Amino acid sequence: MKLISLNRIDNVAVALCDLQAGQEVTLADGSVLTLRDDIAFGHKVAVRSIDEGEKVLKYGLPIGSATRNIEAGGLVHEHNLKSDYVWSI
Amino acid sequence: MKGYLRKDGQKGIRNVIVVTYLVECAHHVAEEIVRETDSSHLPVHLIGFGGCAPNAYAQWVMERLCTHPNVGGVVIVSLGCENFLRDQLLQVVKESGREGAMIVIQEEGGTSASIRKGVEAARAMIPVVQAVPKVELHWQDLCIGTVCGGSDACSGITANPAVGLAFNRLVDAGATCIFEEPGELIGCEAMLRQRGITPEVGQQLYDCIHKADIYYKKMGHDSFSQGNAEGGLTTIEEKSLGSYAKSGNRPIQGLIRPGEIPVTNGLYMMDVVPDGEARWGFPNVSDTAEIVEMAASGCHLVLYTTGSGSVAGAAIAPVIKVCSNPLTYERMSEDMDVNAGRIITEGASLEDVSDELILLIEHVADGQRTKSEALGHREFFLGYKEFCR
Repeated sequence: MKLISLNRIDNVAVALCDLQAGQEVTLADGSVLTLRDDIAFGHKVAVRSIDEGEKVLKYGLPIGSATRNIEAGGLVHEHNLKSDYVWSI
Repeated sequence: MKGYLRKDGQKGIRNVIVVTYLVECAHHVAEEIVRETDSSHLPVHLIGFGGCAPNAYAQWVMERLCTHPNVGGVVIVSLGCENFLRDQLLQVVKESGREGAMIVIQEEGGTSASIRKGVEAARAMIPVVQAVPKVELHWQDLCIGTVCGGSDACSGITANPAVGLAFNRLVDAGATCIFEEPGELIGCEAMLRQRGITPEVGQQLYDCIHKADIYYKKMGHDSFSQGNAEGGLTTIEEKSLGSYAKSGNRPIQGLIRPGEIPVTNGLYMMDVVPDGEARWGFPNVSDTAEIVEMAASGCHLVLYTTGSGSVAGAAIAPVIKVCSNPLTYERMSEDMDVNAGRIITEGASLEDVSDELILLIEHVADGQRTKSEALGHREFFLGYKEFCR
């Protein structure tokens, strides 16, 4: 297994080894995903396209919102995901 | 399991003497006393408080550490003019039935005389502490804490949920378990509120996260570090959910402050963020500060999950390091007690790792040395804080 999905509703999965752009990986549901970016071990990849403003889900829970459209197979990190946490003050 | 029965009824899993300095100026003398008296037969650990200005939190935490179940005797090293309440500390130690001695450097006439007298005091304690009776130890006697440090994207998928499962089993077996840290749980407030044993406890848990949120904001920081991002984590919510997994899913009996001992068995959360205005700097300047607070609340040992790889142990309370990341484990296996990364590399289940953890806790409680103990790690840090009481 090259990717781990922590909840079936998640739109990102976590790389279990260093993966290269162009590589094809099989998802939990059997479908095949072509990677658009290098995905380092422990980093997240979009398992389906995510629209700008859409919630990014991991553990079945939102971990922030996409700041731009992310294509399936793309790296999800600081360049396209921001926290939604509203500070108390 | 066997433990050391103290005169106050507590049962320890280690039998150590601590030498504590009450201001940085007394650090060297204390260190020399440790150097001359420490042995594998009876370990002598160095702890201390570096500040000169008084602090009720530091006093309280130090009193709890010096009467920790793993501690049989205490040598207090004071310069003489610092503000720490040294007589009170000695009294607390003696009232607990532990061996206690105090060296005041200005009264002894300087460094050499103080070291000499401290060494004599520690040596005089050794046979008494060694004679402490060993008794049967049960899960109900044990208090176990957990902290995380150097978290990465693996922490939230391997080590932390495995510790959460182990916590469930420990709580079910009657042990006391403590997790923290509100600053690492920002975003989990609503879930925590539902887990309080009563609505009041639930609200306290919620409020404590809210306080942490305000405090960290005033510090201009959160607990998210560049190292976390390099490991693959992107947002505070993502990190918090990964940290939250360590707490398992049992009801939370209460919220305690550092140095408060849980009054019943079961699961507790520790509030490590100071009350009132943010004026004492970061709530926890290092993972070691968190481990020290866990020990001050009575933790016999601490489960320390790490992704990028800490090597730290601690004075007084053994630390079991649970490595979340299989690559880190490969590089640093010398320092890691448990390879939770085998969930990734070998397809092991979270249950497999939690089984391994429970067995190891039992062995460590029974005297088996952890990796950090065997390597000589005895990290310690105590700083300034303020809590309303």
